[in-house]
Amino acid sequence: MHKKKRLELAQWAMERAIKSGANEAAVSINSSRSIEIEFRDKRLDKVKESTQNSLNVQIYIQKRYSAQSTNDLRRDSLDKFITDAVAATKYLSPDEYRSLPDPKYYPAKEEADLKILDNSYERITSAERVKIAAEIEAAAAAQSNKIISTTAGYSDEHSEKVRMHSNGFRGEEEGTGFSAGVMVTVSGDNGSRPEDWSWSQARFHKDLPGAVKLGEDAAQRALRKIGQRKTESGKYDMIVENRTGSTLISMLQQPMTTRTLQQKNSYLEGMIGEKIASEKLTMIDDPTLEKGLASQIFDNEGLAGKRRVMIEKGVLQHFYVDNYYGRKLGMEPTGGSASNVVFECGRKSVSELTKGIKKGILVNGFIGGNSNPTTGDFSYGIVGLLIENGEIVKAVNEMNISGNGKEFWNQLVAMGNDPYPYSSCMTPSMVFEGVQFSGT
Amino acid sequence: MKRKITRREFLRKGGSGILAAAAIPYLLKSNIAKALIIPEAKDMNLKNCYEHFGVDEKVIREVMSEALSCGGDYCDVFFQHRIVNNIRLEDKQVNAAYNNIDFGVGIRVLKDDQTGYSFTEEITPNAMKLAAKTAANIASSGKRVEPVELKLHKTPNFYPIETAWEKVGIDQKIPYLQKINDKVFALDKGVIKATVWFGNETSLAMIATSEGRIVFDNQPMTHIFTSCTAEQNGRREQNYSILSGRRGIEFFTPENIDYLANEAVRRTVVLFEAVKPSPGEMEVVLAAGTSGILLHEAIGHGMEADFNRKKISIFSDKIHKPVAEKFVSIVDDGTNMNLRGSINVDDEGNDTERTYLVKEGVLRSYLHDRISAKYYKVGPTGNGRRESFRFEPQPRMRNTYMLPGPHKKDEIIGSVKKGLYAESFSNGQVHIGAGDFTFYVKSGYLIEEGKLTRPVKDVNIIGNGPEVLKNIVMVGDDLKISAESGTCGKGGQSVPVGLGLPTVKVSKIVVGGIS
Repeated sequence: MHKKKRLELAQWAMERAIKSGANEAAVSINSSRSIEIEFRDKRLDKVKESTQNSLNVQIYIQKRYSAQSTNDLRRDSLDKFITDAVAATKYLSPDEYRSLPDPKYYPAKEEADLKILDNSYERITSAERVKIAAEIEAAAAAQSNKIISTTAGYSDEHSEKVRMHSNGFRGEEEGTGFSAGVMVTVSGDNGSRPEDWSWSQARFHKDLPGAVKLGEDAAQRALRKIGQRKTESGKYDMIVENRTGSTLISMLQQPMTTRTLQQKNSYLEGMIGEKIASEKLTMIDDPTLEKGLASQIFDNEGLAGKRRVMIEKGVLQHFYVDNYYGRKLGMEPTGGSASNVVFECGRKSVSELTKGIKKGILVNGFIGGNSNPTTGDFSYGIVGLLIENGEIVKAVNEMNISGNGKEFWNQLVAMGNDPYPYSSCMTPSMVFEGVQFSGT
Repeated sequence: MKRKITRREFLRKGGSGILAAAAIPYLLKSNIAKALIIPEAKDMNLKNCYEHFGVDEKVIREVMSEALSCGGDYCDVFFQHRIVNNIRLEDKQVNAAYNNIDFGVGIRVLKDDQTGYSFTEEITPNAMKLAAKTAANIASSGKRVEPVELKLHKTPNFYPIETAWEKVGIDQKIPYLQKINDKVFALDKGVIKATVWFGNETSLAMIATSEGRIVFDNQPMTHIFTSCTAEQNGRREQNYSILSGRRGIEFFTPENIDYLANEAVRRTVVLFEAVKPSPGEMEVVLAAGTSGILLHEAIGHGMEADFNRKKISIFSDKIHKPVAEKFVSIVDDGTNMNLRGSINVDDEGNDTERTYLVKEGVLRSYLHDRISAKYYKVGPTGNGRRESFRFEPQPRMRNTYMLPGPHKKDEIIGSVKKGLYAESFSNGQVHIGAGDFTFYVKSGYLIEEGKLTRPVKDVNIIGNGPEVLKNIVMVGDDLKISAESGTCGKGGQSVPVGLGLPTVKVSKIVVGGIS
């Protein structure tokens, strides 16, 4: 869909909602085109191409609220869709906290360039996409004769959105995303087939790592797992590798949202200004980061993106406050969910951190598990490497870590120097003392 | 619920911010546009299906010709129209509604085991031909297959419902939520918050293949989720209950409404007494029902034939070999009446069935999609499923459960000196090559000297698929198919599944406790 057509359609849909009786309305239209390639065992396995559009309308009518989305953008369908939605919304209970955000929270007119659009996107050919995937696959496959199977992937996406609110907001954004990686399965002992992966994502095509780097990394990780076993239950120091740290961070972010707070499901209630983690933890939310995977001028409520220190040296500074629950709780909105999450890093690499550990486990993957935002309890499955006297001695798997966030975050004793670049949650490696592992 | 690589998460972040849990308040039947109504299952025939999607056989065959123009040896065309409605009660009021409409067609071309896929949200001959041309490019050979005449393939109906969801207005649903909410608050004076979600969905799919099959299916779905938060002596706990199935509104009987409120409160309040088990390996008894998550993770995913065809599953070389005790039989079944994972036909147009993964302890059959059935030279098992027209089919589970065994529940619990009784679950995951799998226990009990003693909460369990199968030492005669809601993710696609298990004892598995 062309820009102009998208804007016109959004404007029309907003007017339809108002004309049908809505007091306020917000409309967004998201369009994207994406291409995905998979290359497996020396041949093309899958090619997928798609173009999609969706229109979302949020309706506020006499303090009643509903949200609708459809991909059927024919005007006659839409007309009925919106009119019916307005009519159905009237059956809901009124809720005094339902209304569009105060316009003072919308972005200012002069918007910064977040560098999330790679104009070279248009020039990438199908043949080049296949070639990238083929090269990564070949690089991985060449690593060892123990490799049973390799699947490499490449994908890219171009997306455009427009957002309009009946109280004056209008925003547009355009971005690109590229990803490439590979999954490797090797022949293990006892008939097992350990697998591992290496994956990357970037806003700009040229920021993807090279094929060899990805291929080697995935293959070496899988090979290292051969012979992995669970080890004794007990307390170990734990290094969580940068690429897997976001699992732990999300268990901290969930009770930081205003929905969990307002619904009394947050163990962090009342903790603003209090210490909730060790002073090693400084966590910043920054939707304005250049080239950030989650960078945006405005969020899905139209709120302007702003850098905020969420946790400063272990002290909780902000919750993720959205418009609705913010009103309910009498708090200023800050954006209801995490964007790019950046951390204050330390000076040491993972291998330097490893040298400092007497008895520990370097966790390089979580499997399953969950956390409870109401109480802070958590339990996750892990795979990793056993460390004894600063040396990696063997691969471990089939173990769990368990604990409670209230204590756990105070056991954080060091941050690495290696923020993970391929996720919007850019955790460095983290070291925790005395973590409960269960194994044999 | 295997998580592969998070490519799709990225795609989501990158742009298309479709309302994540987009739900739906629909609508007053009197003023629904014709284009927005899905004909009721009982009124469905091929003619009104064609009309609904605005196509006919000629157009479909032209699209297929285009799809096969580069030498592909097979193609299928998947039309879909899905309407989803959700309403939510929070803070004692039904004060939010979410609706989603999804409409489109996916075109898949196969050349041996290679896949070309494209879809369009505009069901016009030109848009479909353009998509077909894109998908066609997976092949490049001079050999030309022509699509053959389409013949309607009839299917049984495993999900009869009394009233189509399109006839149920929002005003009819609201009282259910209020009733549940009132009951939750009445049951325990410690309750401080309740949330109730009511969701329903209707999906009409029509699948045409270049081999001449055309088939359609109208799939209903509903769920009610009830969350409860309670406070005692300054401490808070939260838990939930859920019921789901391919059902109509008649599913929500007074008994079921009571169950939702009672279970949400019971499961929450018990947590105030809960402790953590000690960490490490121990005997675990799985309660009958949703504990079927064990099978889903320990063996189900590993038996999906794509992982075996690609030689990346730990079960790749175990077919026809003994993997468990003689009293262990595990099936994946698409034919159970009104269950969440039941399907009248799979998303490749194949009949569904009950497939034995394990029969009397011996590994019997993988779960196949078209590509893998051809690869292994076996008949289809009806497991080719997809999230929507936006995705190519993959081998996926339906309702996975274990058949009843010889033991009694009391005898099983009585045999455990020190162990865990696992009762409710939230999620699980598996690494299919290494065989490591997990599931998260929301609540259960310690077993001490053959008796259930203190409640436990929030423990992850991790095991190895083939090891745990071997270690299933007792199977109860009390098979229970869960009416809770399971959604399985694989390769970025989510599909509804069912779970079931009799009471089962595993002699040794790692429990994530605290010393």
